[in-house]
Amino acid sequence: MNGWRGRILRINLSAGQWTVEHPDADVYARQIGGRGLAGSYLWDEASRPWDDPEMPLLFFTGPLVDTASPTSGMMTVMSRSPQTGTVGDGSFGGSLGTALKKAGWDGLVITGRARTLRGIEIEDARITLVEAAPLSGRKTPELYARLKGKGAVVLAGPAAEAGVRYANLIVDGSWAAGRNGLGLLFAAKNLKYIAVKGSTTTRVADPGALKRAQEDVQRLLSASPFLLGDLGIGRYGTAALYDLIDARRMMPTDNFRRTRFDAARGMNAHAFHKRYAPHRTGCLGCTILCKRIASDGRILPEFETLAHFSALLGNAEMETVMEANRLCIELGMDPISAAATLSCHGEIRRRHPGPREILSLLQDIGAGRGIGKALGQGAAVYAEQCGKPEAAMAVKGMELPGFDPRGAYGMALAYATSTRGGCHMRAYPISSEILRKPVATNRFTFSGKARMIKGAEDLFAAADSLTACPFVFLAASLEEYARIFTAVTGLETSADDLLSAGERIDYSERIMNFRNGFRGTDDDLPARFFEEPGTGNGHLEIPPLDRDEFLKARAVYRRIRGLDSEGRPTGEKAAELGIAWSGEIGG
Amino acid sequence: MDRLIRKYADKLVRSGLAEAGTPLLGAWDVELIWNREDEMRPLIEKIFAGLHISALLFAQPAEPYRTVVDFLARTAPSGVLRPEDTETRTFLHDLPVVTTFEAEKLIQVLKKRKCAILPGRGIIACGTVSPEQAFVTFSSACFACFVKFFADVLRDVRAGSSSPAQQAAFRQAVEHLDPPAQRVSPLLRGPFRDEATVLTAMEEAGKATVDCGLVDSYFGNISCLFEDILYISQTGSSLDELQGCIDPVPLDGSSCAGITASSELSAHRAIVARGTCRTILHGHPKFSVVLSLACGEKNCEVGLKRQCHLCCPRPRRAAGVPIVPGEVGTGLHGLCHTVPPALADSRGVIVYGHGVFTAGRTDFNGALSSLLEIEKGCREEYFARL
Ligand code: SF4
Ligand SMILES: [Zn+2]
Repeated sequence: MNGWRGRILRINLSAGQWTVEHPDADVYARQIGGRGLAGSYLWDEASRPWDDPEMPLLFFTGPLVDTASPTSGMMTVMSRSPQTGTVGDGSFGGSLGTALKKAGWDGLVITGRARTLRGIEIEDARITLVEAAPLSGRKTPELYARLKGKGAVVLAGPAAEAGVRYANLIVDGSWAAGRNGLGLLFAAKNLKYIAVKGSTTTRVADPGALKRAQEDVQRLLSASPFLLGDLGIGRYGTAALYDLIDARRMMPTDNFRRTRFDAARGMNAHAFHKRYAPHRTGCLGCTILCKRIASDGRILPEFETLAHFSALLGNAEMETVMEANRLCIELGMDPISAAATLSCHGEIRRRHPGPREILSLLQDIGAGRGIGKALGQGAAVYAEQCGKPEAAMAVKGMELPGFDPRGAYGMALAYATSTRGGCHMRAYPISSEILRKPVATNRFTFSGKARMIKGAEDLFAAADSLTACPFVFLAASLEEYARIFTAVTGLETSADDLLSAGERIDYSERIMNFRNGFRGTDDDLPARFFEEPGTGNGHLEIPPLDRDEFLKARAVYRRIRGLDSEGRPTGEKAAELGIAWSGEIGG
Repeated sequence: MDRLIRKYADKLVRSGLAEAGTPLLGAWDVELIWNREDEMRPLIEKIFAGLHISALLFAQPAEPYRTVVDFLARTAPSGVLRPEDTETRTFLHDLPVVTTFEAEKLIQVLKKRKCAILPGRGIIACGTVSPEQAFVTFSSACFACFVKFFADVLRDVRAGSSSPAQQAAFRQAVEHLDPPAQRVSPLLRGPFRDEATVLTAMEEAGKATVDCGLVDSYFGNISCLFEDILYISQTGSSLDELQGCIDPVPLDGSSCAGITASSELSAHRAIVARGTCRTILHGHPKFSVVLSLACGEKNCEVGLKRQCHLCCPRPRRAAGVPIVPGEVGTGLHGLCHTVPPALADSRGVIVYGHGVFTAGRTDFNGALSSLLEIEKGCREEYFARL
């Protein structure tokens, strides 16, 4: 096989055994890899409770990983989300995907529950389940320091052991993977870490064609102001978005009660660069390199983390943001959800936590201590418990990130329709609405947005399956990636074929969610966005979203997506897309 | 959406890209809507249904594009055109030619590319997000074919291999060329006193550049330095519609709000950093681009490797200004490394296969007239070299 390795490793932690599976070539061709292939392994099990030992935890690479394809280091982690109950997945970089491919595996399917805390160590075909009880409760940097000699490492932190609903996974000791609580799957399986080392290489069908296609993508990356421009994320990290989002008056501030942060100027990427003198780094196989490590070794916050630990909480201290980010990594929890939950807490008790309290609350959450236990359930559950559900700025139970939907109507629709809850990466409409790529669209209209969002969801489903970094698609397109796919795998395809695959992958996730009780009414936003305006400036007003217009756009979206008028997936559409599903909940 | 399809259908004709009455532009919104009735619609709707797109444009290019597009398409080896200009190289890659007007065939081609040429019938282009993409692709294809055709003619004539058919097409195309543009009324005079005047001056100069035919709308870029802030057109903006599409970029880097600025921001910054000019204009005047491709070197290693656009080592000139290599943006071979030094002692610089940069001291009058003169000079030189 070219591109794929043709082998999936299935590990049963209850039995302490593993088997090797060899999916048929047509399964690979259809599901591609990453999110698509992982989804096909989740399909039959998706309605189990997330902590059912039989619920699979899936790590999948794509055919492009470990090749010269641009941003080839991405991969997917997937299971059922402990936080939302939806399909739960995350696309992440670092070195794990490459290591797994080099070890000869396209994916890992982990089921069961170990009797005592375990680590999984993979070195090519050699699999070892290692006693990890002494590592219990350890913070992620300490753990990583002990494990990094074993290869690429993904691990869960104390937050997972404390039952935090937005516990995530930490890759290479630094980078977050899996919003929506996938860290908890490690705890449910009594798994502490996975370490992978590989020594083989992935075969490519036509290296010459890959090189040409790779050059075409690189040319587009260089031409992209957002990626490699003077002010782009390759220069400043994703925090480069901070000034623009504030200037466009869509910076979620004060728990989304305002959309502009007065202290933004002093908290921007430039200020962080001046103060922390970071160096540039990124995922294996990437030339954009959007990650930053400060001279003292701490990780600089991504845009969403920076936005939420500053504007959302009314915090104007850079050092607090740095420390909050460090704590989230150390404890292994999602910084967007953590900050949003603190902000919800602040709104409910009518006072945002100050800088010191932000840090102490994060410690409490990570340790499951005091009020931290309740806050560790996420904004939606916490607000509900407090009798103030309206204070949770979340969709399907997942907290919204750093783009206020009143400032970009495509974003509003995309938040609502995302198959994993409040997420900006499923369709990334910021691309056209704010960053003008592939062309600028009017951010204050729903006209044309239903089709745009549906198309973008399909595109990113394909990208997450190939697997490639979503950011690349702000410059390149599936037109170039179809050529890369063909060069790597030897299989003929086109941009349009990949979109068809993306559509099928997205629709399968909707079916899984439907079978788990999600309905069209869940595709909605918190009421605040329809009732309260954002922060205008005299020239530019940010009115509340028009509820009727939103509902109309959602109805159009349903039609285009092939859902029924209530937003439910249908057996006919599934058949049209080649998904084996009867249309019944239990089907 | 209705407004958008009308806007771009009209703009195609107004800007001389498409023959009046021919643009058929459709977009999916709630329904599939069209700018007009046409008997071709059922067939085009079939294409629509077979692709994941949101907009589709079919139009006959206006002269002289029509002649050059048809000639190139009819004589294209293996049904694909590979123009050497930057737009094609970067964004379109190549231009497929389809000789039969069948939905199935067109669907197969458009699954892989943004547009296709149908000899004798026109160009079909699609957009995934908005009708503007189809417009931009159509415009790029016309530009690419124009440049390729005139560059091919020059090369073939000098090599003594120009065919009678090429000659006939050439005569016909030349007949349809507009006379060289001239600027009559002056632009706003500098130095500018405030931000508002800077923005007005930029909008005016951008529009003048398009009106003079020195760049097609949507391409090119423009900037003006005022009090340590570089005002620069946004990426993907149209030079003739700059209102609201200019980013202020503080030179000290204290804000990234200009992350949406033109992909040539680095080049513009490096140019103004030299301290001698405050205004910069960048267009894609056609004969300047054509001449930039016309190199007579026979045994150049870089040329043989087809890397002229990256690292041409010779000091080439046209119309008295240097021709430099360089790609869009900030890459290793980015024009941000080649244009600023070359512009230090020249009124303008031609970038290989791409366009021209000019600069002015206080306002856009000098930059625009340099652009006009360079293009006029290149046009004269082109015909003289023939
Ligand atoms: S752009 Fe950033 S996230 Fe994407 S692959 Fe590169 S370093 Fe990783
Ligand atoms: Zn240009």
